[in-house]
Amino acid sequence: MSNSREQQMLEELTQQMLDEAKVQGATAAEAASSIESGYSTSVRMGEIDTIEHHKDNGMGISVYFGKRKGSASTSDFSAASVKEAVRAACDIARYTEEDEYAGLADPDNLATEFPDLELEHSWSVGVEESVELAKECEQAALEYDERIINSEGGSVSSHHSVRVYGNSNGFLAGYRSSQHSISCSVVAQESSSNSSDGMQRDYWYSAARDPEALANAEDVGRIAAERTVNRLGSRKGKTQRSPIIFAAPIAGTLIRHLLSAVSGGALYRKASFLLDSLGEQLFPDFINISEKPHLHRGVASASFDSDGVATVEKDIISGGVLSSYLLNSYAARRLNMESSGNGGGARNVRVNSSKSADSKLSLKDMLQDMDRGFLVTELMGQGVNGITGDYSRGAAGFWVDGGEIVYPIDELTIAGNLKDMFKQIVSVGTDVDCRGNIQSGSILLESMSLAS
Amino acid sequence: MSKIKLATTQLLEPGSIDEDVINRAISRMMSSGMDYADLYFQQSHHEFWSLEDGVVKDGSYDIDSGVGVRAVHGEKSGFAYSDDISVNALLQAADSARVISRSGSTGKVYVPVKSSQPKLSGAHELYASINPLLTVAADEKVALLRDLDRWARAIDPKVSQVIASVAGAYETILIAASDGTFAADVRPLVRVNVSVIVEHNGRRENGSCGFGGRSDFSLLLDQDKAKQSAEEAVRQALVNLEAEDAPAGTMEVVLGNGWPGVLLHEAVGHGLEGDFNRKKTSAFSGRIGENVASSLCTVVDNGTLEGRRGSLNIDDEGTPTENTTLIENGVLKGYMQDKSNAHLMGVESTGNGRRESYAHLPLPRMTNTYMLPGESDPQEIIESVKNGIYAVNFGGGQVDITSGKFVFSANEAYLIENGKVKQPLRGVTLIGNGPEVMSKITMVGNDLELDRGVGVCGKEGQSVPVGVGQPTLKVRELTVGGTEV
Repeated sequence: MSNSREQQMLEELTQQMLDEAKVQGATAAEAASSIESGYSTSVRMGEIDTIEHHKDNGMGISVYFGKRKGSASTSDFSAASVKEAVRAACDIARYTEEDEYAGLADPDNLATEFPDLELEHSWSVGVEESVELAKECEQAALEYDERIINSEGGSVSSHHSVRVYGNSNGFLAGYRSSQHSISCSVVAQESSSNSSDGMQRDYWYSAARDPEALANAEDVGRIAAERTVNRLGSRKGKTQRSPIIFAAPIAGTLIRHLLSAVSGGALYRKASFLLDSLGEQLFPDFINISEKPHLHRGVASASFDSDGVATVEKDIISGGVLSSYLLNSYAARRLNMESSGNGGGARNVRVNSSKSADSKLSLKDMLQDMDRGFLVTELMGQGVNGITGDYSRGAAGFWVDGGEIVYPIDELTIAGNLKDMFKQIVSVGTDVDCRGNIQSGSILLESMSLAS
Repeated sequence: MSKIKLATTQLLEPGSIDEDVINRAISRMMSSGMDYADLYFQQSHHEFWSLEDGVVKDGSYDIDSGVGVRAVHGEKSGFAYSDDISVNALLQAADSARVISRSGSTGKVYVPVKSSQPKLSGAHELYASINPLLTVAADEKVALLRDLDRWARAIDPKVSQVIASVAGAYETILIAASDGTFAADVRPLVRVNVSVIVEHNGRRENGSCGFGGRSDFSLLLDQDKAKQSAEEAVRQALVNLEAEDAPAGTMEVVLGNGWPGVLLHEAVGHGLEGDFNRKKTSAFSGRIGENVASSLCTVVDNGTLEGRRGSLNIDDEGTPTENTTLIENGVLKGYMQDKSNAHLMGVESTGNGRRESYAHLPLPRMTNTYMLPGESDPQEIIESVKNGIYAVNFGGGQVDITSGKFVFSANEAYLIENGKVKQPLRGVTLIGNGPEVMSKITMVGNDLELDRGVGVCGKEGQSVPVGVGQPTLKVRELTVGGTEV
């Protein structure tokens, strides 16, 4: 079935669910459906490891009886199953209690324009060719250095999805998208080592909506190998306070903690370390963090959010000041505010520095500026308390002295409080990692506590 | 009704699938030169109710069903699935799965090993073949949530928010494989959770607690146990209100019994899964028979405990689960295996082949992983510490199985000074190297306890329910990632 036919089919299905909800007495309803399909292939040590074909169907419905709500979902698109799912949701709503904030998005906020954001691009590479590509990727890694002694494999995946959302206020819209990726993970060991002593592993990947934007498979393999070899001879590090650089591929995680703390759910539950901070100076004045939901080919682009509300381009942090919360319709009603079109989160977030010195700042320059400190390239564990902002995570990376990398470190924790850490940003590099939803260059912080 | 009969009626009959169709699908794959092929039929029902602000405001009911088809040739696996359990979909998936034999033929001559007789299924009866969702009426589930809210708020006026949930799942699976396996299981799973936020003098903290297992909902309606969960969540949150900044550096660490067994899960469990060891990418690779922990340590993975969250009558490949000794008196004894990794390593499956659903490939996974009790009195362990940390409760953890490094975060921990437990600490993260830390365990308590039944383990994007446990332990030195340098 062609993808546009699939979208039409899902739109009909979603409308059927909404109609059925009305038949069964619901005063309002919203429904979503999706089809995701594709394949992933992986090779290991030059041989096929797995070939997986994916196809996932899903549909979900929420019904409202006044202020009472019930939800249900199923993977079966048959007419009987639609009826059954709606009945299950209605049964649930008989027992839930009135929630004065429950309900659909304000009809005035619903998206009315659905521009083509160029999110779907097919990849002519089929399963068999993708195996060859994965092999090239892994081979480049294995050949990079003789200390690459083992591999977790090279893999290639290609997926398409169609999503539709509708509600009983007349909203019904969908969009198609694709996601393609190449990745590689290898293991290195010094040739003098015995058994499994001192083994290190790392990985690299490239992912994009448009296969044209993917990195070359061999480059992905080589970067994975380089990153792995660079970790050999890792030491433990020393307990001390020190300046710290979050390398671009992981710098976005700091911003992720900001986004969850200013999201509606955390705010109305008072489970955030950033309560009542709208208009507050959270970052130095040169930091701007924007959201651009309509970027063509953007990894998180969409013209409407999970409530059907129009997404809008905006600054989340402007001149260091928090200028917008991230609210869905429900949280907005709870906080007596307007939805910011952020049901489902923020879309295509970018960290920018307006400091003129940062406009040409490479990671190398940042190491020079830091002079002596810790460059973090990997974070481990979940030691972040969203209520207090307390931050303590495992980290791996490199010790820097005299502005140069001197040795790798792999058993260290870094600790602080996010509120302080945000304020202590010294600079943001131009080495932006564009693969994820949160894009940032490397970030230099004044100081954190290291423990080893 | 027998499990096979029940699963056949529920999963196969609606799509007119019979033995003949199953044989056709399997032989279609085997005729392409596969070593092994299997079909995994599954139907799952999930029910969920949640309370917030004193109101049971949401509930959901989710149904999913489908069939996963796998073809294995040497180290290669082909996999396809369909959420439509029909003859056509099944045969089509079999065709997609067997594509591995056409692409990239290695020219290697494979000598088929005579597959050992599949072990008798139905050996365990660890839980009843019931649909837990039907055993208790919806209004009783709603009433339980309201009770939890009321109990938690009554304990202390500092409680400003209570979020409680009950969840139940009912899964029926049927596995048919080329080695003659034809097995079924019916798996109930229930869980309750209470999470509270307390507020005092402008400071806010949280605490949470839950319990569950493979049982029907009546397990959750045990008033004493449910009340205890609410009390425990509030107690933890109140302790954290008083917590002070943690020290940073290497020190003696006492780990409490029960849930802190998540340390074992991360520090050794993942590293002993068969796939990593077949690929030789684990810090424990090739170390069977070697000392990998102090001689006080004996660690098992036991899928055969009655009613536990991590328990299974059979794994997702139809192999009955076992009580597998991983480490005995410090010596590495064995790995956790699924069929394909066991076959490639020339050993038997240990019943650890698990998958999140029909849409995922099975992998070697843990069930209930814990350390057996030692001889020390827990009080004596704490008294033996001059300066250190007592970590009682943990959030999540993570491990790099290749370097052996693991990290986990305590959400309840105290300072120990001269053998006495002192003030609570905030932001305690522990980091270490699995084999190294295990060799530094100098005392093992006599108070083995398993967790309350809420654990979820993630690997390669697949989540499965697991259990963890341990007695009170002392580690001679471990890095504590506090802020006070």
